[in-house]
Amino acid sequence: MAQYLMSVWHDDEYEVDFSSPEMQQRVAQVGAFNDELQATGAWVFGAGLLPASSATVVRSEGGNVSMTDGPYAETKEQMGGFYVIEASDFDAALDWTRKAAAVVGGPVELRPMQG
Amino acid sequence: MTDTLDSVFRREVGRCTATLIRVLGDIDVAEDAVADAFAIAAQQWPDRGIPPNPGGWITTTARNRAIDKLRRESTRTDRHRAAHRLHTDAMEPDNRPELGDLDTFVDVVPDDQLRLMALCCHPALATDAQVALTLRLLGGLETAEIARAFLVPEATMAQRIVRAKRKLRDNHAPYRIPRAAELPARLHGVLTAIYLIFTEGHTATSGDALIRDELSREAIRLGRVLAELAPDEPEVVGLLAMMLLTESRRPARTDASGAMVRLADQDRSRWDRDLIVEGHDLVRACLRRNHPGPFQIQAAIAAVHADASTAEATDWAQIVALYDQLYARRPDPVVALNRAIAVAALDGPIVGLAALDLIEAGAVAAYQPYHAARADLLARAGRRDESLAAYDRAIALTTNPAEHEFLTGRRAELA
Repeated sequence: MAQYLMSVWHDDEYEVDFSSPEMQQRVAQVGAFNDELQATGAWVFGAGLLPASSATVVRSEGGNVSMTDGPYAETKEQMGGFYVIEASDFDAALDWTRKAAAVVGGPVELRPMQG
Repeated sequence: MTDTLDSVFRREVGRCTATLIRVLGDIDVAEDAVADAFAIAAQQWPDRGIPPNPGGWITTTARNRAIDKLRRESTRTDRHRAAHRLHTDAMEPDNRPELGDLDTFVDVVPDDQLRLMALCCHPALATDAQVALTLRLLGGLETAEIARAFLVPEATMAQRIVRAKRKLRDNHAPYRIPRAAELPARLHGVLTAIYLIFTEGHTATSGDALIRDELSREAIRLGRVLAELAPDEPEVVGLLAMMLLTESRRPARTDASGAMVRLADQDRSRWDRDLIVEGHDLVRACLRRNHPGPFQIQAAIAAVHADASTAEATDWAQIVALYDQLYARRPDPVVALNRAIAVAALDGPIVGLAALDLIEAGAVAAYQPYHAARADLLARAGRRDESLAAYDRAIALTTNPAEHEFLTGRRAELA
């Protein structure tokens, strides 16, 4: 078995109206997907993130620590959430990634973890 | 037919690599092991002769060398302690494998090649990387040859192949036979790779002969394997038909001295009738399905050529119409070039040159067939000086000696 990071990406400036019927349906779909991950034992960890504007970047250079406001990558697309999953191989991990992409409504990046 | 080390290499390298990836569980380790085994063969076979089952010999020797190497590294670094334990009883290092070992390998080879094909054409790889990897691992082509097929520098191609292999390893890509439902997604890369292996065999970019028979045969063999696996995919059948019909002309493509003979000048009685009949049957089967695609159209073009008993009798209007269809689906400069050649055969060199001029010059600047075709049309249009310059360019770009001789001969006639 190998572990993979599935990260969910979206436009960070996009305002989400959780009360809309579309979002209600999406939340239900994501919930069902999370349940399936857990029921099959593929789930290791997962979480949604608050907007990237709430991020802080900390750098340590020669003993000096500096901080900057905002996300490291100043791109319009930001990571909005992630899963760590366990899968037997690449193809099994890609099957989960396909399902994830279908329910979250944005691109999902799959990356193998070290070790 | 007498086997040589080179012909054994061409025939067996892909199969051996395919099996060793499964046995050793790593692409690079398998490639190194196969290279080691062929190096040993190069030392031993001249004295001892080629063994009765050269592929089995290579596979077993490669496996033994790899295990031996892993074991030596493990004593040195302890990194491969597990491998050491696993393989301690399996096999003593031995460059003279026993026959019993050969049988266990040879049985599983066809499946291994399908595994390797599916691995190389993994949908998570870019199409170019899929094709490059298939050519490298399954076709046994050198990186320089693949780079030429893609018209990119060798270093770029080498990096592309290394990156693709690393991605498959890092992601724990499985080595298994694709499920039927996965086939269509992987088919495009597989078909393109087989096509390029065939093309390289048809006009070899390295080696002295114009045609590298083993490569063409290997591509046709892979095409047949794929057609058995996916008989309902018309493009798979179309590719096989195209290869068979093109291959049917092989006996007439070179004369007794190995010099190249153009399609128009070929002795058509030397074309292989059995291949033509088989190719025609496949083309008809495709047409009935009515899902045309690039390979089926190319097969249809080859079928029109095969139908003509003389060059003059060729139905060029039909061929131009088919190239128009092909260009609509695949608007690349190579298709445009072949279309222009057909247009010239139908309407003469001046109209043909006009069709050639529509191709973006930058895209074909380093493409030898473009300059050779242009030189020919310019000569026929009476534009001698321009033709000589185009021949010079074509000759400078040619890496195949038979083509080089043909082009210098044509140029000398003109000058």
